Amino acid sequence: MSVEFDRKIHAALNDSKLQLAVYTATARLKENRENVVAPSVLPDYQELRTQANALKKHVVENLDHYLEEFERNVQARGGKVIWAKDATEVADFVLSLARERNARLIVKSKSMTTEEVDLNERLEHHGLESVETDLGEYIVQLAGERPFHIVAPALHKDRYDVADIFQKRLGIEREVVPEKQTLIARKRLREKFLAADIGMSGANFLVADSGAIVLVENEGNARLSTTAPKVHVAIAGIEKLIPRAQDLAVFLKLLGRSCTGQELTVYTSFLSGARREGEIDGPDEFYVVLLDNGRTRLLPDRGKRQSLYCIRCSACLNTCPVYRRIGGHSYPWVYGGPIGAILTPQFLGTAHEPALPFASSLCGACAEVCPVKIDIPKVLLELRSEVRKSEARESRNRLEKLAFRAFAWVTSHPRVYEMLAPVTMALMPARLRDRFGLAEPPARTFRQLWSRR
Amino acid sequence: MSRENILHRVRTGLGRGAGLAISEPPAVRLRVPQVDVETRIATMLRRVEALAGKTHRAPTMEDARAFVEAALAGRGAVASNAPYLAECGIPSLAGVKSGIHDREELRAICATIGVGITSANYALADTGSLVMLSSAAEARMISLLPPAHIAILPADRILTGLDELFTVLPHPAEITSSMVLITGPSRTGDIEQILVRGVHGPGELTVVVVG
Repeated sequence: MSVEFDRKIHAALNDSKLQLAVYTATARLKENRENVVAPSVLPDYQELRTQANALKKHVVENLDHYLEEFERNVQARGGKVIWAKDATEVADFVLSLARERNARLIVKSKSMTTEEVDLNERLEHHGLESVETDLGEYIVQLAGERPFHIVAPALHKDRYDVADIFQKRLGIEREVVPEKQTLIARKRLREKFLAADIGMSGANFLVADSGAIVLVENEGNARLSTTAPKVHVAIAGIEKLIPRAQDLAVFLKLLGRSCTGQELTVYTSFLSGARREGEIDGPDEFYVVLLDNGRTRLLPDRGKRQSLYCIRCSACLNTCPVYRRIGGHSYPWVYGGPIGAILTPQFLGTAHEPALPFASSLCGACAEVCPVKIDIPKVLLELRSEVRKSEARESRNRLEKLAFRAFAWVTSHPRVYEMLAPVTMALMPARLRDRFGLAEPPARTFRQLWSRR
Repeated sequence: MSRENILHRVRTGLGRGAGLAISEPPAVRLRVPQVDVETRIATMLRRVEALAGKTHRAPTMEDARAFVEAALAGRGAVASNAPYLAECGIPSLAGVKSGIHDREELRAICATIGVGITSANYALADTGSLVMLSSAAEARMISLLPPAHIAILPADRILTGLDELFTVLPHPAEITSSMVLITGPSRTGDIEQILVRGVHGPGELTVVVVG
């Protein structure tokens, strides 16, 4: 275990305020979910999970086909598709677009994918203002932190923390009432929405047959980000595809329920391209960035590629006894909880934090709640085995290295060599000599004969 | 170029050749239950109320108009260009702006006015959702920027749920660039999970069903 991982876990465990916040928030989300997937309320819940799993499996197995189909359909409606293999390529695209459009202000709706590539930091480094507009993300951005939870990014902040952050960063009077804090954010961000040059979003789904992106949210910030500015850029991982619009009848029933216990989130936007002839509003330009960033590394392994089915609902976080104790910031990368424990080692390599796949009790709660039926414990076990194998390789390598260093030292010190060579030969058992087909050693070594010449 | 690079990595990873045919995606069974109109209306209104939306069942278009007039309570409003609103006589209500086709003008009005009035292309009874398709008749911003949103629709547009929506409309992208489902007023729980309505979208939602 890295010192860093260990330190963060202990810090979280010793923070009683944090413990209470995470415990209560996840308990509520967990209960909300249970209430809406119960057989009495949603009799076909298990069937929906099976369908969702089959659809995702089909998409991943035919990913190239659906990527190309999606691209064709976006282009057919006047949109553009940009392929980015890593963080730099995403940032380069957004930066060059911003330069061409003379843009300074970007409003952004919540996206875990952009967290992966530190997009805000990269853009701000080049003088652009990139503002998170989901309330939780806004708080976390002002605090200079990263999201604590996939769907509740500021879960670890209470109203007093928010009061401090707003007072310090917005230069306003201290305000501790959540309703009023929300209103403050609404006002501030409304100005940003109306002034922004570019709106950026993630995508919950990419619909291949429609060339459309789907966004689910409760606040309206994703709608505003994709409606008010003249340019809309959506950034999505290549695994977000689903074949047809009608598949949403399956996925939408599962996503809101698994996230927050909502049958549908307040807003579900199905966006295919810029505004069309006759439409009154909406963006003039529509771009979708398809991001790899390590995803294709998961494809060759038939067992583990199911990790790409994830729809980022966070049900596994809320139910995980480990996440609920150590919290989101203990995890080494942007994704926390059980899904983070399987995504991080596969995206970044097991060496990034070898202890991560072991930070699980393998209780199986995550697999039970996963709406797309990812067998997280099984993937964790395979990752553990990989970590152990590479450790064994490492230690074999260490022994070998040591032996060669000793050999090098002996052979580069003639006196030592002259002393050791006859001894080694004399000590070598006959059995070993036979095995390597060596002749019986002569009474004197070459060096001894040479020196007496 | 990254396009070829990524596609190559995908194909190599999967062991697939380029341009290979694929099997049909697994079939999705859409279930459309037979539910009579009265039950749909009742479910729709109950669901909207459960989400803290307001509702009104208007027997006639005149009644809908009178209800909206009272609901505005003197607040200024902007109405969409939906023909159904015109049929109900909404544009002639005092303080209601309508007939706007210019984006910038609409945006300036929506950013300052109290109420946005729209119709809805469909509604989903199961979840209490409004289905809004962007067009010359319905702008995106009217249901989004003002702090209150009133939607007026005839009862026969109420579908049972998502399955029926995707049966009736299997390819939304063919007719609009934006289909939005609205399920209750805008809300957040991002501070201590305390429910606050009206974060960015309207905090007040009223659904008027006519018929």
